[in-house]
Amino acid sequence: MPATKTASHKLDPDALRRGILADIAAASDATQLESIRVACLGKKGSISVAMKSLATLAPATRQDLGKTLNNLKTTITEALADKRATLEAAALTTKLTTEAVDVSLPPRPNPLGTIHPLSQTFEEAIAIFADMGFAVAEGPDIETDYYNFTALNIPPWHPSRQEHDTFYLTATDAKEGERKVLRTHTSPVQIRVMETTAPPIRIIAPGRTYRADHDATHSPMFHQCEGLAIGTDITMAHLKGCLIDFCRQFFGVRDLPVRFRPSYFPFTEPSAEVDIGCNRKGGGLSIGSQNNNNEADDWLEILGCGMVHPQVLTYCGIDPVKYQGFAFGVGLERIAMLKYGIADLRPFFDSDLRWLRHYGFTPFAPHLDFGF
Amino acid sequence: MRFTWRWLGDHFAPDTNTDTAAVIAALPMLGFEVEEVIDHATSLAPFTIVRITEVKPHPNASRLQLCTLDTGKQAIEVVCGAPNAKPGLVSVFAPVGAYVPGIDLTLKEAKIRGVVSRGMLCSAFELGISSDKAGIISLPDTAPIGKAYAQYAGLDDVVIDIAITPNRGDCLGVRGIARDLAAAGLGTLKPLKAKPTPKSPTGKSAIQWRVDVPKDKPHLCPYITGRSFSGLKNGQSPDWMQHRLLAVGQRPISALVDITNYIMLDVGRPLHAYDADKIKGDTLTVRLAKAGESMTALNEKTYTLDQDMLVIADGDGADDLAGIMGGARTAISDTTTSMFLEVAIFDPVSVATTGRKLGLLSDARYRFERGLDSTSPDWGLEYATGLVLEICGGTASTITQAGTGTPPIPATTYRPASCQQLTAVDIPATRQKAILTDLGFKVAGDTNKQSWQVTPPPWRNDITDKLTGGKLSNKNGSKNDIAGEADLVEEIMRINGYDAIPQHSLPVMKAAPAFTPSQKQATILRRCLAARGMHESVHFTFIDPATAKRYGNATKHNDKNNGSDSGLDIANPISQDLAIMRPSLLPGMLTATSRNQARGQNDVALFEIGPIFTDHTAKGQANRVVGLRVGMTAPREWTKTSRPIDWLDSKADAMAALASLGINTHSLKSATANPPPSYYHPNQCGVISHRKNKIPLAYFGSLHPAYLAQADIKGSAASFEIMLDALPPTQTRKHAPLSLSPFQSVVRDFAFIVDADLPAETLLEVVRQVAQLVTEVRLFDVYADMQTGKASNAGKTKKSLALSVTLQPTAATLTDAEIDQTTTTIIAAVAKQCGGVLRAS
Repeated sequence: MPATKTASHKLDPDALRRGILADIAAASDATQLESIRVACLGKKGSISVAMKSLATLAPATRQDLGKTLNNLKTTITEALADKRATLEAAALTTKLTTEAVDVSLPPRPNPLGTIHPLSQTFEEAIAIFADMGFAVAEGPDIETDYYNFTALNIPPWHPSRQEHDTFYLTATDAKEGERKVLRTHTSPVQIRVMETTAPPIRIIAPGRTYRADHDATHSPMFHQCEGLAIGTDITMAHLKGCLIDFCRQFFGVRDLPVRFRPSYFPFTEPSAEVDIGCNRKGGGLSIGSQNNNNEADDWLEILGCGMVHPQVLTYCGIDPVKYQGFAFGVGLERIAMLKYGIADLRPFFDSDLRWLRHYGFTPFAPHLDFGF
Repeated sequence: MRFTWRWLGDHFAPDTNTDTAAVIAALPMLGFEVEEVIDHATSLAPFTIVRITEVKPHPNASRLQLCTLDTGKQAIEVVCGAPNAKPGLVSVFAPVGAYVPGIDLTLKEAKIRGVVSRGMLCSAFELGISSDKAGIISLPDTAPIGKAYAQYAGLDDVVIDIAITPNRGDCLGVRGIARDLAAAGLGTLKPLKAKPTPKSPTGKSAIQWRVDVPKDKPHLCPYITGRSFSGLKNGQSPDWMQHRLLAVGQRPISALVDITNYIMLDVGRPLHAYDADKIKGDTLTVRLAKAGESMTALNEKTYTLDQDMLVIADGDGADDLAGIMGGARTAISDTTTSMFLEVAIFDPVSVATTGRKLGLLSDARYRFERGLDSTSPDWGLEYATGLVLEICGGTASTITQAGTGTPPIPATTYRPASCQQLTAVDIPATRQKAILTDLGFKVAGDTNKQSWQVTPPPWRNDITDKLTGGKLSNKNGSKNDIAGEADLVEEIMRINGYDAIPQHSLPVMKAAPAFTPSQKQATILRRCLAARGMHESVHFTFIDPATAKRYGNATKHNDKNNGSDSGLDIANPISQDLAIMRPSLLPGMLTATSRNQARGQNDVALFEIGPIFTDHTAKGQANRVVGLRVGMTAPREWTKTSRPIDWLDSKADAMAALASLGINTHSLKSATANPPPSYYHPNQCGVISHRKNKIPLAYFGSLHPAYLAQADIKGSAASFEIMLDALPPTQTRKHAPLSLSPFQSVVRDFAFIVDADLPAETLLEVVRQVAQLVTEVRLFDVYADMQTGKASNAGKTKKSLALSVTLQPTAATLTDAEIDQTTTTIIAAVAKQCGGVLRAS
């Protein structure tokens, strides 16, 4: 029990204070502390009783003693509060100690999925071309002979057709009487856009394309991205500027060597193929130059392009005397493989989870990682 | 197109500073992609000429022999399995350390069946110079022992393989390449070695030409020429010719056949040689085939012809597919002594069309359909005559010819300014004119004139055709007056160099939105689903017909009795597994899942965004987003949160995906799909549609066990599909001003007993609509009576749905009376609209 004296006419406030404070200091838990509080500040507590007894004293004494007792009450109240806080902190510490965990345990699983490298590549390409004013256009996978070939200056007997390994459907087109085809390139979208849009035109058309070829480096379905820019004064210099910018931004190599080589497509004239500088030392392949002069060590073809053939413009109802422009086509798998170091084409369409986790992108990957 | 450096030298005199490397570097910049360069001088350096001095049987192998060789320096013993190894034979030896290209092997000293072999005797195949594996190379007795074989055989040459684009038929002969290199300033074009016919022609040709094509189609064979030869001695062609043919991958056959092949490769001029003794009658007629006429070609296949196919016939009928392949009946043999040689111009379209119909490719067709030099019959015949008489002896007759003649080549107007207009490169008119002239174009007009008249050379059919709107160009379009200018600009730029083209930034254009609305949505959905742990996949859009039928594309192909002809079958599939356009994305994903499970990945979460096809028109192609989860929500792990996938997972995915597009999910209604797509569990499939316009936006549910079994899938599976094209366009939503109420909200719980078949969503929606005060309604408990089934005749089974309803006042704190009144309203509305009663607590 606390050593609190009952109130007497021989009250010694100082002794009382010392006694109570000693009791508080000795209290080891909240229950003891509460008993002390009741014993001094409760209705029948020592301080309360002493304060009640003040009424019996002479006014002069009463005033002095009253002040002392009030101070005592404040001191004790504060001491009780401090002690309570200390005890609570200690109790919490004890409780938290019992709650220790093994932080190395794996969390509840909630893994992110992935975005296919083709989608990432396609969105990156769009981001670059969108900056140059290109908008995305689309066309059907099942095309008519006219859009896939004839309107692109490739009549049925044209030798270029042999290079297309075309898939034919059993269906024929009601209007043309020709068998429907799975588009062999995204170029038909050029025609569809030019037929319905007045220049100036600036579109890119990514999409699935098909050729009857299946081996380590060919897939019967693959993806291309077509580009088309038509205006009154669009020149081959614009084509060069546009595609060099694209190559450098896409591959993230500021000084990437890029060269244009003469080539042939029935629907462009002049036509070109675009090579980027690469290095094949040690059997590997790295994009960009590895010498001090920033000259290409070796070249790698990545896309085909050219000035839209006047005849193609004419087919689409665009006056080739007034308008001119360029078109290009790039294989998305190819540039994805080059940029992301993917060695084999076939796994793109196999959905092996191990491959998707390895080569896929997080949903928070930026559309474009400007590497320079 | 393969050629060798020495062969090129027949036509091209390089400038002093032009070496092989310079030509190889220049070719791509002229439009000829270099595919391969093989330096035989290097690759064949280790191979030397040896004589076999002694042959002994191998002690341990009956098929092997031990050969002692005289290498000119020493005697070496090697083990040899070739049947033609015999003492005295002069052959080719590869010492230890040599790399043998034909078998991709570097030789080491090795014990073969217990006997050490110090090198090997080689076949032509092993040297990589031919396909001849029959035995080791056999050389004449006079071959110099100890010397390098490549030098002796003239094989120390560089083989260059380049790609020829379809427009450059003129470069399907070495001479055409020489011409371009000369125009590019690397050297000069030598005159064609037109060997004068050594003996003057004797007599009229025993065979005469006759062209009998319809009067309105003289272009089928505008010009044909030829002559007879007699007293020939066919046999092996000379070594130089064989080596050249071998170097470019052609098998030597006999002198006469080799000469025709050689001239085709040398100057791009295909020829056809007949054994004159086998020709019936004295006339060869160029005509269209008769219906049902057939002939056996040199490839020993018999072709049935139609009336659009051009043939050459003798008294016994057709025996040459004009410009494609000769016939077996009149073919040259090793014993041929009389020959008739054909040199013709045929219509490229006719050759291409016939070749395509018959599925017959040949080196001749390849050149004819790209167009030949219209002057080539005359000089080609003389060039061939010279070689035949030189190599096979005999005599040549005078020439026989027929046809109305090749049409004159038209001139086109060219404005030198168009070069800069198209390419932004200012090339002086004098330079432009010089380039065109070097390439063989005739340019009429002074360099200071605004426009010139330019006539293409006879070998550039690609350009002539564009000018005439002729053979290779289209008939659908109107003739285009400026079409030819672009072609001439390309010629000038090609020679001047594409490197001169500057780089300009595109002029600024009024920005259009980069994405179509549906692509924008696809991009968002892709990120949303990947964030939910699913992996994006891309699969072939063609699948196997049996699966396509199960998923809805029944066609005549896979269901002859019931299939409608959607026309989605692929006429020439590469495999029966990839033979029809897919009606759904799901089969591809299930197949991928099965493959993953076979690799031990049992839990699969995939999605794909792509097209499905219901018919072959543009409208029959629709975009879908399909997600598939299979197995457990997570692998087994210590917190034990993992559970089997169920239909709610697919609903959650679908709702999250739609919400990611900014669609207010309260505006959507899910209901039992009636009927559900066949591949879903018939009683665990829902359709999500717009509450207002009822357009279905998505399906979700468990998958049908039979479909899972068919696809060999282990574990439970749920899927959703979103009809991407049906989604409302995602708009930048304009928000109503938000006022946040300062008054306390009140939450009240209700449990209602309702009929078991009442959709929970109906109840939730009724309560949501009761009053403005109701801001949130959450279902927190479902108690379904599992004792009796729904179909029980004993009456409808009931279930209990417990709701937590949040009331949010906006004007003042709610009073008890107001709360009670709302509670009463809710209970009344549920009673009236859902037939529900408050559950006694």
